[in-house]
Amino acid sequence: MSANSAFNDEKGGSSSVGEPEYGHDPASGGIFSSDYKRHDDLKEMLDSNKDSLKLEAMKRIVAMIARGKNTSDLFPAVVKNVACKNIEVKKLVYVYLVRYAEEQQDLALLSISTFQRGLKDPNQLIRASALRVLSSIRVTIIVPIMMLAIKEAASDMSPYVRKTAAHAIPKLYSLDPEQKDQLIEVIEKLLADKTTLVAGSVVMAFEEVCPERIDLIHKNYRKLCNLLIDVEEWGQVVIINMLTRYARTQFLNPNMNESLLEEGSDKTFYGSDEDEDEEEEEEKDKKAEAPAMAKRKPYVMDPDHRLLLRNTKPLLQSRNAAVVMAVAQLYFHLAPKAEVGVIAKALVRLLRSHSEVQYVVLQNVATMSIKRRGMFEPYLKSFYIRSTDPTQIKVLKLEVLTNLANETNISTILREFQTYIKSMDKDFVAATIQAIGRCATNIGEVRDTCLNGLVQLLSNRDELVVAESVVVIKKLLQMQPEKHSDIIKHMAKLTDNIQVPMARASILWLIGEYCEHVPKIAPDVLRKMAKSFTNEEDIVKLQIINLAAKLYLTNSKQTKLLTQYVLNLAKYDQNYDIRDRARFIRQLIVPTEKSGALSKYAKKLFLALKPAPVLESPFKDRDHFQLGSLSHLLNAKAGGYQELPDWPEAAPDPSVRNVEVKDSVPEWTKCSSREKRKEKKVEKPFYSDSEGESGPTESADSESDSASGSESGSGIEESGSGSESEESEEGSESEEEEEEEKEKDKKKKKKELKKPVQESESEQSSEEEERKHERKSKQRKSESESESDEEEDSESESSQTESEDSESEAEVKKKKKAAESKPPSKPVKKDNKKEKKEMSLLDLDDFEPAPSPQATPVNSFLSNSLATDLEGLSLSDAVLSPATISPSSALKSYEMLHRITGEGLSVEYCFSRQPFSPDANMVAVQMQFTNNATSDTKNLHMEDVKLQSGMRVKEFPEIELLPAGEMVTAVMGIDFCDSTQAANFQLCTHTRKFFVSIQPPVGELMRPVFLTENEFKKEQEKLLLGQLMGMNEITEKITLDVKCRNEHSIVQRVITAANLSRVPCGSDKECSPPVPPPDHPVHRFAGRTVTSSSLVLVTVATKEEGAAKLTINCEKMVIGTMLVKDILLALTQ
Amino acid sequence: MIHSLFLINASGDIFLEKHWKSVVSRSVCDYFFEAQERATEPENVPPVIPTPHHYLISVLRHRIYFVAVIQSEVPPLFVIEFLHRVVDTFQDYFGVCTEAAIKDNVVVVYELLEEMLDNGFPLATESNILKELIKPPTILRTMVNTITGSTNVGEQLPTGQLSVVPWRRTGVKYTNNEAYFDVVEEIDAIIDKSGSTITAEIQGVIDACVKLTGMPDLTLSFMNPRLLDDVSFHPCVRFKRWEAERILSFIPPDGNFRLLSYHVSSQNLVAIPVYIKHNITFREGSSQGRFDLTLGPKQTMGKAVESVLVSSQLPRGVLNANLNPSQGTYTFDPVTKMLSWDVGKINPQKLPSLKGTMSLQAGASKPDENPTINIQLKIQQMAISGLKVNRLDMYGEKYKPFKGIKYMTKAGKFQVRT
Repeated sequence: MSANSAFNDEKGGSSSVGEPEYGHDPASGGIFSSDYKRHDDLKEMLDSNKDSLKLEAMKRIVAMIARGKNTSDLFPAVVKNVACKNIEVKKLVYVYLVRYAEEQQDLALLSISTFQRGLKDPNQLIRASALRVLSSIRVTIIVPIMMLAIKEAASDMSPYVRKTAAHAIPKLYSLDPEQKDQLIEVIEKLLADKTTLVAGSVVMAFEEVCPERIDLIHKNYRKLCNLLIDVEEWGQVVIINMLTRYARTQFLNPNMNESLLEEGSDKTFYGSDEDEDEEEEEEKDKKAEAPAMAKRKPYVMDPDHRLLLRNTKPLLQSRNAAVVMAVAQLYFHLAPKAEVGVIAKALVRLLRSHSEVQYVVLQNVATMSIKRRGMFEPYLKSFYIRSTDPTQIKVLKLEVLTNLANETNISTILREFQTYIKSMDKDFVAATIQAIGRCATNIGEVRDTCLNGLVQLLSNRDELVVAESVVVIKKLLQMQPEKHSDIIKHMAKLTDNIQVPMARASILWLIGEYCEHVPKIAPDVLRKMAKSFTNEEDIVKLQIINLAAKLYLTNSKQTKLLTQYVLNLAKYDQNYDIRDRARFIRQLIVPTEKSGALSKYAKKLFLALKPAPVLESPFKDRDHFQLGSLSHLLNAKAGGYQELPDWPEAAPDPSVRNVEVKDSVPEWTKCSSREKRKEKKVEKPFYSDSEGESGPTESADSESDSASGSESGSGIEESGSGSESEESEEGSESEEEEEEEKEKDKKKKKKELKKPVQESESEQSSEEEERKHERKSKQRKSESESESDEEEDSESESSQTESEDSESEAEVKKKKKAAESKPPSKPVKKDNKKEKKEMSLLDLDDFEPAPSPQATPVNSFLSNSLATDLEGLSLSDAVLSPATISPSSALKSYEMLHRITGEGLSVEYCFSRQPFSPDANMVAVQMQFTNNATSDTKNLHMEDVKLQSGMRVKEFPEIELLPAGEMVTAVMGIDFCDSTQAANFQLCTHTRKFFVSIQPPVGELMRPVFLTENEFKKEQEKLLLGQLMGMNEITEKITLDVKCRNEHSIVQRVITAANLSRVPCGSDKECSPPVPPPDHPVHRFAGRTVTSSSLVLVTVATKEEGAAKLTINCEKMVIGTMLVKDILLALTQ
Repeated sequence: MIHSLFLINASGDIFLEKHWKSVVSRSVCDYFFEAQERATEPENVPPVIPTPHHYLISVLRHRIYFVAVIQSEVPPLFVIEFLHRVVDTFQDYFGVCTEAAIKDNVVVVYELLEEMLDNGFPLATESNILKELIKPPTILRTMVNTITGSTNVGEQLPTGQLSVVPWRRTGVKYTNNEAYFDVVEEIDAIIDKSGSTITAEIQGVIDACVKLTGMPDLTLSFMNPRLLDDVSFHPCVRFKRWEAERILSFIPPDGNFRLLSYHVSSQNLVAIPVYIKHNITFREGSSQGRFDLTLGPKQTMGKAVESVLVSSQLPRGVLNANLNPSQGTYTFDPVTKMLSWDVGKINPQKLPSLKGTMSLQAGASKPDENPTINIQLKIQQMAISGLKVNRLDMYGEKYKPFKGIKYMTKAGKFQVRT
């Protein structure tokens, strides 16, 4: 036999075809007989210099290892090949080495130098696998080498190698726990790593090596929260579990206020099992210091606590059951009661998964459903049992159903139970009967119904069913025995048939206990039992003795002899328990001279009133174990289980989680990086959360700012995109907030802010100028304010921001669409340019706008002509009224560089509103350089342009010489990407550099387009009925300035504020709706944003006495709101 | 975390073992065998078994027990989910996950397990990454390898490992660019004796087979996304976009994958596609029982009900069944007492029925339980919830892909109590 199997091995150890001896138990294989022979040929193959032979040999060896055969004698031959060039051979040698190194330590050392070489390999995969194997070789001697290798790998360039280093840490720790301190240092270092790849592994190392060092997490807490969504799923599980523990030590119990409020009412409402132990303890404390508690300020959730809850919530949608469970337990342990409900749906979903998953999930649901019954009530039907479920699943579902039962649903549940009782699975039937019993004890109204049902079951043919019913009935009867003597009688009859010991014992106990209710039957039962005493099981015998004793005490006349008889039988029983019991009872009840004082009290001892048993769920109080853990499942502490700490009385200092920003970023770069992310999101919006407040993220934000900065430098990986998109939202959100703030504080701030502005501007304080500056500084201020306000506001604003988020998403989408639709429009534009001259010459006279404002000569001419070009082209066949053309506006100029700061050089810029010929997507900015100094300025050019991603700049050509006192203009183009973010750059002369920035008013970010009134209305409708109804329209009621109540001035002011073209109205023939009454004309303006060509539609509907309604339709909410403000200002002042 | 893994076949042989930390003796499996013996059915072996020094966490798939040995606290679902992932990977690599397939490819299995776990902690479980590390065995490749001496093992770190889209490798090329989506819905229902629905719900999945060149960015939108109540996504789906717009936007993995699984909101009434008329009776004192079953279509929206399979576990007392099907074939296994009737397609004009008698053990009292009837069925070209894909768009690549969407409805856990 043994020789035979060895022979087989010899012939075909390879892995190609299934061999007959596979199924064979390898332990009985003939290792001894032909070992040498067999391994000789393998050795030969390994020694050959052909890779294919080596590979073949290694494959056979690995196949043997897989079957659990001992191949340790090949160690020397195999280890030689550790440096083999063939990567597959190498890998298989690694497999072998890791398996046997612990047994053959000396020989294993031979391979170490190869790995050390591998650690320096330029290929990151080889570096990583070298470290993996090196750290897996469990040889104590190489601990220092491993330590060194881990330290080195922890600062490797490749995140993959760093991940491997994190994996190696627990390996080394299990080999030599003395290294703990050094390893903690490495863990600390790796915890600071910002890549998602490393995060999961290092937290795992942390959990294995130093779970008690919770202080290491502080600095990384926010980062981990933000990265979480992009970490691979296994890492997510580990991190979430760790963060649950962390949160329990750092934050306050979110439910403590509730428990305070509900203190009295809780019990009456929800029944006693609703109470939590912790709460009870707390309550005790509370009573002691009740007055103090009353004064305690209301609970405010730590923003970091909120951050954790918010960032884990989307993971409930994960496909990985372990992740879903991890989030569920986090919510169960950490979330305010009102929010825990969200996990129910996800958990119920998991019930569709493999039966093993169901098993674990149901265990946890069972525990949860005791405390938070309401959470699962809507899903009651999901726990209905199918005949195909495995028994263990059925029993667990039953448990959940029982926990969920209450007055309202008990009737449906009982109906379900009725079908279960007919099941073929007897274990399940037994469990159902117990469940019925529990329902009956918990819900008083159905107790009688249940009891009757159970009594009916007593006539069931299946003995198991009857026995189980008896046991349950016994428990129920104990609650109100007087009422049910007929049931007791009925059960007494059953003793003839029922054979299950537990049931017999229960019946006997019942009869004994309530012998007064059945005075006639009880002695008779005892008589029968005495007869069969010797054949009974032990528990039955004990109950017979009990019954006898009780009857002796109550009805000694009839039963004295019987009792004597039973006691005599028991005296000689084989079981010492029974003998002891008999002796004890005889002494107690039968009065003799010797019997002491005790016998007087025998009646009290035996016939004392016994409290009814409480039928409890086996899952009660299991939640002191962290849910989802192995310990919870087994209801016993598993090795390495970390206790879930109780909430702290007072929260530890939250500032420990603050991370100092390494390089303090000026306000604008912060904005810009946000903006950059926003742009990125257009390409890769990953998961991110929807609701928001930004207390903690504000700082987390800046932290990962520096992170992405440093990492994009290395260019290998991108830092967690989840956090990025997350933050981009913060960006947009705070933008919104800014605006709100702006509105709120407008009046207040205006006064305050004007002063400093005016100081700096001594010369040109035109109104526009002022306004613009105001805006700038307001923005800055409101930003800082909003940061501080956010903590309070956050809660109330979250719902609002949600809608805003969705809006920004829509924006992104539309941007895409718009971008697609753009290309075809380009050629048209080019044509325009070619024809520009003739067209403008021809048309200018015809289409001269009625209200022709004064304009800066050069620019107005050009921009005007463009507008006319466009109109002329698009409307070549339409009849135009003379008043249809967009009148050009007076151009506002802004100061870029004041002559004092510029040391004589002053620069102003204006938006010329003409197309920027090199790139149609750019806004043309015209700059006027004036040299007020006494010396010439040379080499004027720009440098170091700092832009958000997506923004582009076309620099103006270098101005070689600007003589003293002269003035020169230059034009540059900026693509602002439809945002009002500033473009920052340095203006360089031959001697100096000045930091300057150009910030466009929102009105300059668009170009006029021509629409007829009908088209205008159609577009407006489209925008309104589009994806996000109503989001695209902003309406404002205004009172027009006294000076601007005629058509002319309204048009002029609007067009000054924004680069739009007027839509002809009223006189148009094709206009289907009736012409608006001439005394309340409606003015319409249209334009498109420069970069994404989204339509911007402005309507000013005038009413009597200067009242008017301003409506702006634009897909871009931000542009729309800003534009409203600008136009509002223009019209009211 | 996961210390060792043992694969045990139905007859209780350990046919593969793999250790990640120090070696655990296979005698630890004796505790498992004990539990297996106690369990009446194979699926009743508890998934978690504590032993004095270890914990055994096992899953049963394809009649193979995958038993993981754990030494300390770990979320049990973590291990269970991982084991299922291992099985899925094997299935992906070898087509089937049977004992024979595993034995035939034992080296690849070993290499895979080595890559999937490091020190018991999952390292690479994404099939796209694994396939770059270890090429799936094909006959052609085996031949080429033996001739050229090249290997199945990749030498470079898979691009997916470090990318933000770890599920997709770079440089994918196809001549025919295709994307197929299967919307498959399953009806889970319990119908009571009288034919009224006790509980019914619809669970659906969208399985995709995407073979597209480059890095396509797809968006899939639904006509009626509000139907979807609870969803879980493949990691590639941008959750944010879904939250905001109810649009699935994703860079797909290469090849087959499950894009999403969903649950249709419970407010919607579920259309039950078939009804059953049944009359299964046992008479007291007689050793005969009557069995009478008729199937009919109901709420199928004009589509044919196909591949109908009716199965029922008859009471233990039934010795044999002598039945007469109007169409299809039936089998009765006298050992397991399992009756199954392969009906095929339901013809609404001539309803399929199965009638006859059952013979009971002589002298035994009549079984007091009635069997439940399980039904499997398929309806092509229809999603029973009414879910419809609106459109599929591709961004990021220039070519025009071929797109296909298929709908199907199946019966999931569909039971009729009698």
